[in-house]
Amino acid sequence: MNALDYLVLFGVLVGIAAYGMWHTRGHHNLRSYLKGSRETRWFTIGLSVMATQASAITFISTPGQGYESGLGFVQNYFGAPLALIIIAVVFLPLYRRLNVYTAYEFLGKRFDSKTRLLGAGLFLVQRGLGAGITIYAPAIVLSTVMGWRLDLTIVSTGLLVVFYTVTGGSDAVNLTQKYQIGVIFVGMVTAFFVLLARLPAGLTFSDALTVAGGFHKLEAVDFSLNPDRRYTIWTGVLGGMFLALSYFGTDQSQVQRYLTGASLRESRLGLMFNAVFKIPMQFFILLLGVLVFIFYQFERPPVFFNQTAWQYQAGRGAGGKLHVLEKDFATAHAEKEKQIQTWLVARHTGDQSGAATAQAAALAAQARAEIARTETKAVLRAADPKTPVNDSDYVFITFILDHLPHGVIGLLVAAFFAAAFSSKAGELNALGSTTTVDFYRHVIKRDATDAHYVTASKWFTALWGLVAVGFALYAQLAENLIQAVNILGSIFYGVVLGLFLVAFFMKKIGGTAAFWGALAAQGLVFALYFTLSISYLWYNFIGCAVCVLFSLIIQTFLPRIARVDADKEPDQNL
Amino acid sequence: MKPPGIPSPPPNDESTGLPGLRSWRAVYLFVFGVFILWVGLLTVLTKMYS
Repeated sequence: MNALDYLVLFGVLVGIAAYGMWHTRGHHNLRSYLKGSRETRWFTIGLSVMATQASAITFISTPGQGYESGLGFVQNYFGAPLALIIIAVVFLPLYRRLNVYTAYEFLGKRFDSKTRLLGAGLFLVQRGLGAGITIYAPAIVLSTVMGWRLDLTIVSTGLLVVFYTVTGGSDAVNLTQKYQIGVIFVGMVTAFFVLLARLPAGLTFSDALTVAGGFHKLEAVDFSLNPDRRYTIWTGVLGGMFLALSYFGTDQSQVQRYLTGASLRESRLGLMFNAVFKIPMQFFILLLGVLVFIFYQFERPPVFFNQTAWQYQAGRGAGGKLHVLEKDFATAHAEKEKQIQTWLVARHTGDQSGAATAQAAALAAQARAEIARTETKAVLRAADPKTPVNDSDYVFITFILDHLPHGVIGLLVAAFFAAAFSSKAGELNALGSTTTVDFYRHVIKRDATDAHYVTASKWFTALWGLVAVGFALYAQLAENLIQAVNILGSIFYGVVLGLFLVAFFMKKIGGTAAFWGALAAQGLVFALYFTLSISYLWYNFIGCAVCVLFSLIIQTFLPRIARVDADKEPDQNL
Repeated sequence: MKPPGIPSPPPNDESTGLPGLRSWRAVYLFVFGVFILWVGLLTVLTKMYS
């Protein structure tokens, strides 16, 4: 990065944050601080919902998934449009009608106080940890490749987002997210066109797709019924739908975004905007990764994308082995490139048998290159067991830094940070709201002034920001980062969704049965997670189904408990 | 039986304000259609290049 890149980076990030604070300055009451001015239009809601979900991990890690595994990860989002329709039809009208601040307030009105606190507590645990990952994930990747200090990157980015979220509340979050997602889109589209321009001269788009398809990178939909396969159309539609239903419908970081809508119509259209654009957006980001893969078929990539880790060990005892493996990798890559050229020439001349032979040779060379990569990872791990050997998160940023022009590099790094800020702001805003409304105002101090609750909300938001920064400073993540976030979500989301589905659709079940059913279901999900090896997406379905089933059983066998639900909160909006 | 404390959803009387999609049912069908279209296109892409 040069001076121009840093100018673009800091100009974009500080400019958006400062504008957000300036535009939403002034006094707030609790309603406007937590729900915004309730004048937000559908387009802003749509972008805000999208920005809250699409964190920096989405834009750093997902192209790496596309590079390594192809388009299959897009199936993870197949359930989202269906879930968003259900939320627009069932969840949203009730939330607006009850005029709740948080989704968990609804549980209190429908069931009782303890069930409300359980829902809010599960959210705080899950989202509090998630917020740490949200800030740690981009910081570890960016600090490694930029040579920045990790702790300073975490603290400085964390504090900036905490500052404008605390100052401006929900309105500032919505406003800054709108511009941040704009920067992200401009950055990603620029990367796409620069990538196309950097492909070898004479390589048509059709050729590029042929090469990607030949290496199994375009297998977007998998109809396999094998439960061990992580991404299939079935895990995507069913597991993904339950994950999206829970995330968009019951996670306060999302519910708070669309509750700021000026009307039911604006909130609904904001959700439908996401239902239409979620799959194409994820497809596009994965396609970037596939294009990077194609690019690196004609330009030798590093044998290990986390070059800082590789260079560190290469200068030490393991250097001899690593250099030999790098040479093996270079030889295999050169052979592969030669065979791909032969394959494309044969394809253009209609020589199908020649094309098939060259393709097979290219795949064999690719296998040799992969062996060299695998052995490199083993050497790195043997040299230092703490070395993270999954380097897919470094693929896209390595390409950006090595092959994009200055100015564009600054724009894309700004896009990563903008994504980190936007999702983090949404999470902090929600964590502060839930702590204030569901715990502090509900349990600790019931009759304080509005100004007191606004101040409390600011303190809780800041506190959660510091917890997230602290967690990020001590986090150790080895898996692919976006999967870590999704796995964490899947362990909790199913049960929370189960609680809400019982609340919406099983009107004979009372608070006590739902509460114990949810607790038992969460225990079972933990036990299954540590004993089974099924795709994590299934836990969304399992957690939800088991929560509903347990609640039903408890209610059936203990009919008297319906009459013991004496602590149900009165609904004053009826 | 309607549980105590849970109201019925409000009447669906808000206009969508979208040209050509005047009811919410039409909006949801449109969104569902776009979803089916994407899954179909991605399936075709998979079949063409696998």
